[in-house]
Amino acid sequence: MNMKISVASVPYFWSQQGYQDFYRQLADSPVDIVYLGETICSKRRSMKLQDWLAIAELLTQAGKQVVLSTLTLLEAESELSYLTGIASQKDYLIEANDMAALQVAHDHSNHFVAGNAINIYNNSSLARLHRIGMTRWCVPVELGKTDLAPMIESAKALGVEIEYQVFGRLPLAFSARCFTARHLQLAKDDCQFKCLDYEQGILVNTQEGDGFVQINGIQTQSSKVNNLLDRLPELEQSGIDILRVVPVSARDTLRVIQHLHALLKNSQELADSSFDVDMDYEYCNGYWLQQEGMKYIA
Amino acid sequence: MDLVCPAGNYQSLVKAVDNGADAVYIGLRNETNARHFGGLNFTEQQISKAIDYAHQHNCKVYCAINTYARESGWSRWTDSVDQAMALGIDTLIVADIGVMDYIRSQSDSFPIHLSVQASATNLQSLNFYHQNFAIKRAVLPRVLSLAQVSRLAQTAPVEIEVFGFGSLCIMSEGRCFLSSYITGESPNTRGVCSPAAFVQWEDEGPILQSRLNGLLIDRFGENENAGYPTLCKGRFEVEGQIEHALEEATSLNTLGILPQLKAAGISAIKIEGRQRSPAYVAQVTRIWREALDRNDSSSALPQQSIDQLTDLSEGKQTTLGAYERSWQ
Repeated sequence: MNMKISVASVPYFWSQQGYQDFYRQLADSPVDIVYLGETICSKRRSMKLQDWLAIAELLTQAGKQVVLSTLTLLEAESELSYLTGIASQKDYLIEANDMAALQVAHDHSNHFVAGNAINIYNNSSLARLHRIGMTRWCVPVELGKTDLAPMIESAKALGVEIEYQVFGRLPLAFSARCFTARHLQLAKDDCQFKCLDYEQGILVNTQEGDGFVQINGIQTQSSKVNNLLDRLPELEQSGIDILRVVPVSARDTLRVIQHLHALLKNSQELADSSFDVDMDYEYCNGYWLQQEGMKYIA
Repeated sequence: MDLVCPAGNYQSLVKAVDNGADAVYIGLRNETNARHFGGLNFTEQQISKAIDYAHQHNCKVYCAINTYARESGWSRWTDSVDQAMALGIDTLIVADIGVMDYIRSQSDSFPIHLSVQASATNLQSLNFYHQNFAIKRAVLPRVLSLAQVSRLAQTAPVEIEVFGFGSLCIMSEGRCFLSSYITGESPNTRGVCSPAAFVQWEDEGPILQSRLNGLLIDRFGENENAGYPTLCKGRFEVEGQIEHALEEATSLNTLGILPQLKAAGISAIKIEGRQRSPAYVAQVTRIWREALDRNDSSSALPQQSIDQLTDLSEGKQTTLGAYERSWQ
């Protein structure tokens, strides 16, 4: 199978050491495309732009395509100026997660990847954004294979690559409110960077103990991990070009990439035999199958 | 400042017009608008009648075609645009750039208001829609503080409309997939959130339980006011504690910051609630009309009117939401 593997920006807040260790290992992994940068909260500053660029350099040297990601919910002017710095540079492709990013990219004649928070639901939107510089489309999380079917041909004709999330928690919502601070009874302005204490966010269960969501600062993710690793032939047949892995823990993300690579190469030798046994996640795949996202259909 | 009021049917529209709305917003009877609820919205004939009535009373009629068109259903959105324009709607409220592109292929100048569902929260995003689709006005999502709203209104290339009163959506609208994650139907695709068809109530003696597609959203004791199980407003378990992890049942009310919104140059105040009754629309429109008129002469609204608004609110409590930094 010829599909490429991408790793989305880490949605969680890790220490500088945490990010650096992760990306050093990623440089040696069989991943093709790496998205870098903070996409959730502008208060998370364990990494300065220079730190990200140093990692970008390292990954580029290792033969990876680097894409600089941008914030999803932009409110303050300081956030816009940080964004402008990224979206106007010429060294790396950028991932736009808000219309602001693609506006700035377009103003500087830069191409961009439309992240999955950009709402492209039809061919007319696809063509319009292609006209102003989109070269890759990360499909919105709630669209499944039947929704995509009548759009594949248009994307291919325009030369727009199609990227679909195959592993990781689903990004479900963004708010002005910081749910992590709220849970810990802290004001958002005095959050004490508590997100650092939770490598994968905080699980929210129903009162009966069923998984509901995962809170991660201002973001709400699915509690279940979206997993389409057993449906790769179907994804390829549907016309998906790039398989997106959204990081969970650093360790498990690296294992998923190895496993995914083995599956793509159809190599038993490369496959991690203990993979399914000690991965402690509840899975879902409903969106791809045009069902409620939380569902898992075997 | 214009007062923009909701109407889920003709009776509500009449009430809104009679009580002083400057504009009323409506939707067609299909999933092209974000209140696609059973028994709500307008047929073609009702729209004609509604426009006649509103225009006779110097009130505008906006039509929301503000969900996202999936390719397989694309013609439903373009047909709806054609229909609304042909019937004489004053303005279309739109979120999908494909739909905006279609409107501009039909007319260079037909007024487009950017729906809250488009999630435009900053100047560059507004520039994008202004430059590409010549939008006239943008409705801001309920995620900005008062200071941010004021600053944006001063620099924006378009008119700004903000929410003044009604159900509080706490997520950046148009980017929330919680409803489709749990039920398969979302505001973006189907114009619904936590749809009624998926709601179950279970009477367990002293405990009343609400579920959405089988998932437990909340449990109410005998003395508690049991609210609709909107999924972000339930009580859940977080690290061993039962809490409103996302938000409580509460409504937005910006009456208290009306002078500041006016000073910031906000063009219009939107009242949420096309799903509400004609009586509700009448009462809320009347109170807000009075508040806006008094605001012009800087005298305060009587306490009685403020209490009435609180009584009309979800959970009988109100908040300034994200306008107030401490809420965030």
